[in-house]
Amino acid sequence: MSTTDFVYTVGTRRKVVNTIAAVAITAFFAIAIVPLVSLLWTVISRGVARFDTTFFTYSMRGVVGDGGGAIHAITGTALITLAAVVISVPIGLGTAVYLTEYGRGPIPQLIRFLTDVMTGIPSIVAGLFAYALIVIFVGPGARAGVAGAIALSLLMIPVVIKSSEEMLRLVPEDLREASIALGAPKYKTVTSIVLPTAMSGIVAGVMLGVCRIIGETAPLLLVAGFTDSMNRNLFEGRMATLPVYIYSQWQNKGANQAAYDNRAWTAALVLILLVLIFNIASRVVAHYLSPKTSQSH
Amino acid sequence: MTATDMMTQPTLTTDAIQGQKLAILGLSAFYGDFLALSEISLSIEPRAITAFIGPSGCGKSTLLRTINRMHEVTPGASVAGSIRLDGTDLYDTRIDPVSVRRRIGMVFQRPNPFPTMSIKENVMAGIKLQHRHLAKSDAEDLVELSLRAANLWDSVKDRLNKPGASLSGGQQQRLCIARVIAVEPDVILMDEPCSALDPISTAAIEDLMLNLRRDYTVVIVTHNMQQAARVSDKTAFFTVEATGEPGRLVEYDNTATIFSNPSMKATEDYVAGRFG
Ligand SMILES: Nc1ncnc2c1ncn2[C@@H]1O[C@H](COP(=O)(O)OP(=O)(O)OP(=O)(O)O)[C@@H](O)[C@H]1O
Ligand SMILES: [Mg+2]
Repeated sequence: MSTTDFVYTVGTRRKVVNTIAAVAITAFFAIAIVPLVSLLWTVISRGVARFDTTFFTYSMRGVVGDGGGAIHAITGTALITLAAVVISVPIGLGTAVYLTEYGRGPIPQLIRFLTDVMTGIPSIVAGLFAYALIVIFVGPGARAGVAGAIALSLLMIPVVIKSSEEMLRLVPEDLREASIALGAPKYKTVTSIVLPTAMSGIVAGVMLGVCRIIGETAPLLLVAGFTDSMNRNLFEGRMATLPVYIYSQWQNKGANQAAYDNRAWTAALVLILLVLIFNIASRVVAHYLSPKTSQSH
Repeated sequence: MTATDMMTQPTLTTDAIQGQKLAILGLSAFYGDFLALSEISLSIEPRAITAFIGPSGCGKSTLLRTINRMHEVTPGASVAGSIRLDGTDLYDTRIDPVSVRRRIGMVFQRPNPFPTMSIKENVMAGIKLQHRHLAKSDAEDLVELSLRAANLWDSVKDRLNKPGASLSGGQQQRLCIARVIAVEPDVILMDEPCSALDPISTAAIEDLMLNLRRDYTVVIVTHNMQQAARVSDKTAFFTVEATGEPGRLVEYDNTATIFSNPSMKATEDYVAGRFG
């Protein structure tokens, strides 16, 4: 029998199997998407009620019942997240550069292992660590936005290390060699060639790290606390944040329960929108920073 | 060793090595414990093209990379012996390898322009990476001069701000050559610079090499016998007995002699394509 005969039609059996597989895969996808759509629907439908200017201009100072807003919590989330980024990026990126460009021998392996361990730290533990740290400087019972930022950096640093290391590894060895052969000192090769080439990926990684921490609640409840008023000072006093705001609206409802519920849902909607914006921004930034390799003239 | 040799300062100045001989003396190269090249000695003529030929794995790239101290960039790699440029030992412990690479430029097998930089920035990359600063007009002159020397000026002069990666492969390789020329080295090393290119781009690079030869000492590695015969003045043939053995220099002579009347049977077989 010849083994080179071509088969002109796909057998019925294979057609059936193909169809079943296609249906099954679509079904699983639908099942996966249902909770997501339902969550978005719930948050949007309940969040729109208070998605108004008052919400974005007023704090909760002196508010019982109706009205009030979350500008203090939005400001707090912005400040604490920004501070966490300021702490995490130099440490995380520096570590990644060490791992890919300088590390030799067993130390990089140890650092990678510790980074993996750090990825798994429960956020409440990060909060306790930050608390223990500010107690040393300020004393027991202290609360400060910066402590929240420290707790969040503990969660963000491993994300930045991992994503940046991956991006730095993608920089072709050819480019490093070309730079060294042109008489560049090592640090110049890193700062002028390797980092710019990997920049889009690094920035995208940092943005995803921000998405990871922006919704954290437990450590902030512990060390940044909650307040009804605006506090713009990271170094002194309690500072409200969106996740803790949601929690406290839900937890301490006054007589007019609906007003508290509505504020909590709107804050949840704002938080989801922030994550969405950061995701989109990371893509846009990645697009604009990525090396230009197009053949277009 | 003469008294003047002893007095030589271990710093590379342009005057000290301009147009002077490059001498490889009893050089062995290692990757960890593996001896890749054993006791190579040869003296490379200034302002001429020297070709390294030989079968894959005989250590041509390794030898080339020892000349500008790129070999030691590979983790675990080391050398024994010395390489002298006008009497200065490039492997003197007091010599900064970075200063060696500023005098001895290198072109790689695959064109590797910096993807984040425009054509102009690529040409200026070496100056920037070496922390040198030029006035804007000087920089523009240097870009034009280097691109002209690399036979690329006419095809890119209207799009100097386009990304370097937007050029064709052959143009990218000429851009890489312009990038090396811009830092004004004395020696240019090229490791199979045409092997990723089509015949027309190859011919363009070969023309370019013949031009470069007027001002620079050029060393090329090639697998293309016709190319070695066409462009080089001197040819060194290397071989390796078996994998795991060190590469050796078999014969080094004028290119014409190597290709028409070599003294070793192995060389004759190799250039005639009867090898292995
Ligand atoms: N980074 C490295 N680590 C370990 N061994 C290496 C390394 N690079 C090369 N070698 C070994 O050194 C020897 C010489 O390699 P080299 O690349 O110099 O050969 P070559 O003559 O340039 O070969 P080709 O013509 O294929 O480019 C080979 O046995 C090779 O396996
Ligand atoms: Mg090679």
